Amino acid sequence: MRYSIVKPNTYQDSLRLMQLSNTLDDADGVDRVSIMMGTSANREILRGAGLDTADLDGAGPTDLVIVADVADAAAGERLVAKVDEFLTHRAPAAGGSRLRSARSLERAVDIVGGANLAIVSIPGEFVASEVHRLLDRKIHAFVFSDNVSISDELALKRRARECGLLVMGPDCGTGLVRGLPLAFANVVHEGRIGLVGASGTGLQEVMAHIDRLGGGVSHAIGLGGRDLSAEVGGITCLQALRALDTDVGTDVVVLVGKPPAARVREEVLGVAGALSKPVVAMLLGERTEADVAADICYPRTLEEAARVAVELAGTRSSRRIALRPEQRWIKALYTGGTLAAEAAALLGDSLGPAGDADRRAGFLFRSDGHEVIDLGDDVYTRGRPHPMIDPAVRTARIAAVMDDPENAVLLLDVVLGHGAHPDPAGVLAAVIGDGLAGLHARGRDLAVVASVCGTEGDPQSASAQTRTLERAGVAVLPSNAAAVRYAVAILRRRGASPVATSATPEPIRRLLAEPPRIVNIGLRGFAENLLQMGAQVVQYDWRPVAGGDRRLQSLIDALS
Amino acid sequence: MATYDSIDEANAAVAQKIIDAQPRLVDVVPAKTVIPALEGRVVLHAGPPIAFEDMPDPVQGAAIGAALFEGWASDEASARQVCSEEVQFAPNNDFNAVGAMGGILSGNIPVFVVENGTDGNRAYTSMHEGEGKVLRFGVYDRSVGDHLVWMRDVLGAGLSEALKLFPDGGLAINPILAQGVAMGDDFHVRITAASSLLFRELAPKLARVGMPQEQLEPVLDFLSGNVNFFLTLGMAAGKATLDAAAGVHAGSVVTCMTRNGREFAIRVSGLGDRWFTGPEEKLDTLYFPGFSDADACPDCGDSAIIEAYGFGGLVAVAAPAVQQLVGTGEGGFADALATSEEQSEIVVADNPNMPIPNWDFHGVPVGIDIRKVVSTGIAPLITTAVMHKQAGIGMVGIGKVRASMPCFTSALEALAEARGVEPTG
Repeated sequence: MRYSIVKPNTYQDSLRLMQLSNTLDDADGVDRVSIMMGTSANREILRGAGLDTADLDGAGPTDLVIVADVADAAAGERLVAKVDEFLTHRAPAAGGSRLRSARSLERAVDIVGGANLAIVSIPGEFVASEVHRLLDRKIHAFVFSDNVSISDELALKRRARECGLLVMGPDCGTGLVRGLPLAFANVVHEGRIGLVGASGTGLQEVMAHIDRLGGGVSHAIGLGGRDLSAEVGGITCLQALRALDTDVGTDVVVLVGKPPAARVREEVLGVAGALSKPVVAMLLGERTEADVAADICYPRTLEEAARVAVELAGTRSSRRIALRPEQRWIKALYTGGTLAAEAAALLGDSLGPAGDADRRAGFLFRSDGHEVIDLGDDVYTRGRPHPMIDPAVRTARIAAVMDDPENAVLLLDVVLGHGAHPDPAGVLAAVIGDGLAGLHARGRDLAVVASVCGTEGDPQSASAQTRTLERAGVAVLPSNAAAVRYAVAILRRRGASPVATSATPEPIRRLLAEPPRIVNIGLRGFAENLLQMGAQVVQYDWRPVAGGDRRLQSLIDALS
Repeated sequence: MATYDSIDEANAAVAQKIIDAQPRLVDVVPAKTVIPALEGRVVLHAGPPIAFEDMPDPVQGAAIGAALFEGWASDEASARQVCSEEVQFAPNNDFNAVGAMGGILSGNIPVFVVENGTDGNRAYTSMHEGEGKVLRFGVYDRSVGDHLVWMRDVLGAGLSEALKLFPDGGLAINPILAQGVAMGDDFHVRITAASSLLFRELAPKLARVGMPQEQLEPVLDFLSGNVNFFLTLGMAAGKATLDAAAGVHAGSVVTCMTRNGREFAIRVSGLGDRWFTGPEEKLDTLYFPGFSDADACPDCGDSAIIEAYGFGGLVAVAAPAVQQLVGTGEGGFADALATSEEQSEIVVADNPNMPIPNWDFHGVPVGIDIRKVVSTGIAPLITTAVMHKQAGIGMVGIGKVRASMPCFTSALEALAEARGVEPTG
């Protein structure tokens, strides 16, 4: 049916209307459409195009004319709604090189198309009211400011929890969301280790070590120095732990902080121990009896926390492997005898005592289907070169390990140096690359984990060998022990029960799952850093409402 | 009268009134025929109420010119005495009128009649006289009176006839505003596009009304030569629009901004006809050669209705010429953009019918909210002509000036009082 609308005295530029007509031409239920100003020339064009309608006669040059062939009246109404929507201004997607700024929260929120995270660095006395305004608008707050009273902190955090929002801080120095550094933060690679911490140099030290060890960070959620106090009760900490447990980008959770108040400690570690993901808890100044208790690892130092986390999560280039139920075994094919012995000892610690290892076959460890084989053993080197020189002994066995559908992890050592094969990684990469491709083609997969024993000065170059392996799909850990522990962690993760914690509130899930749209309130430098990182960010040039005049502020509040 | 649950809701209604308004130029007539008060010895002026003695010199000069033009006196001295002792002065805004600079309006001066199609209300303003020796700058010699007579009897009468030839009995102003703002006008200090578009509408109609050639030629010459002819028409369109918006009788939107050379004043949608006044801010002026701050008359005129309407300084981004005014020289477009973005913080809506192309088609800002002004500390920015402080010299430059913040704080106090809100703190 023919559908036409004349909007009197509505001028729009003709090029813009042509663009609009083209945009709407393939709208649902619209056969064809033309939108023009009703000049006599345009009316002739419309008539010439067969889009004649009685409305045309009444239209003048300053009237906007919409003529369309539509399926039904409803399609016509949708069309007009779309025209109105198109002609109504929308903020362009943020980005580009220019930091946009605003003088009010409303406008700032509008500029980024609905903000969901704010960085707050304004004088402490104004923080509470400003963060309440953020919570009103469903915006998470990262509060860098200090000098906020503990009663305000408690009130804000309680309210945030009710709204399914996070208040990070106050006095939160560092944080990271989806690789975007908040406030004082190091530039670290993205990865699968999620951190929760009071937020200061503790988090920074752990993040920096994770990065140095080849790992990466998904998020670092700062709490502020008082979150774990008896007064605040770890409100944000508990929210953060649960959120990271359900976050698809996070595989391992690290908790860093000073020792909590006793009651809070119990609750926090209770929740941490019940997470479906491995937890590393570094509570400074606290000595636990065991390294691992109630499924939580307790490192002694910040550096150790980073190391343990990388051993659990793998490096940032580690592939994520979806093991099937029947994939249960670690098969370790070593060229170095002592490295193999170390692997055997560590696996024994983790997987239970070895069975009757067959020394003659070079088995250093055998328990159920788990095996550690030293291919440098005399059994294998009789009449042929050592596998460090001739990799064929090992490569010949790799296909069989990969073929066995019960195998979960192929664990390897790569030994460099003078005398060793000039490119052991290259040889392995060719075989493993083909093998994995074959498995993938059959809908299967298997984890290949290795460490490189060598230095940058070695003829083969440790980093070059590592890259070669990684490109072939091998997870390369910083040491043999780390590789073994990671292999065990892969198995353990397969055994973990699906997430049982209560569902993460939608605003928090989205904060961790989608690019944040950030309002920076206060220190401009924080916004400029984020802009450089490609974030959607707007600067809110905050000033006290009504110039700080309390009387006027109260009137504005009352009249809002 | 409609009631509103919140100030926001009322403001949305006010903004919608502004967006929906259909101002139309319907006639040109002597002022007294549409403002009956001007039958007597009454003279209207710009801004809030002010006594003759307190008016800046050019405004007094214009009043003297009006007294001479009306025949109430035959020389300057007696005209001054008449103004001082007999003439009753009142603000244009109290009679649905607005006027540029001193805004002096007396009964026989011809006015544009603008009618708002949505509410049927009318607004009036004197026609722009051109530059040089003109009444609005306080010149009152014989040539000024002669020019006013010509504007009434030839130009005005011709336009009145020409306007009858428009369908619907008038010339729609929104299309000129929408095109003009896209063509670089702010309608306060840059009005070239709108004046040209207006000429394009009027000239063919004037050619048809049967004026003698010796009358038609100077009319067309005057209109084509006056790049500011649209100025007061835009003001009257704003007045007709904002008077209708004030009819909402609720909310916190500014419905009038004006100044009399001594005080800045505003009216607010929820506070009726009350004036809220404050001292004027200092003008920041680009001067014509040979003039300086020492020569400038304090900011004056009803033309700040243009900013209350959403144009002028608020749309600096749209007007390349105005960028030179708001910028610091280097800033240019970035400064103009920053100005408009700042100004859009204090309004309640955008007008989608008036998109600004180089602002990503952001609509013209609509409805200045006094709460936002006070809360953010951002005062509306006004772009304006600046006249000499002595009568008879004329324009000395183009400037910018902030609206007076005390107007907004005292209006906020009044709004709180009207709503029974007690301050704390």
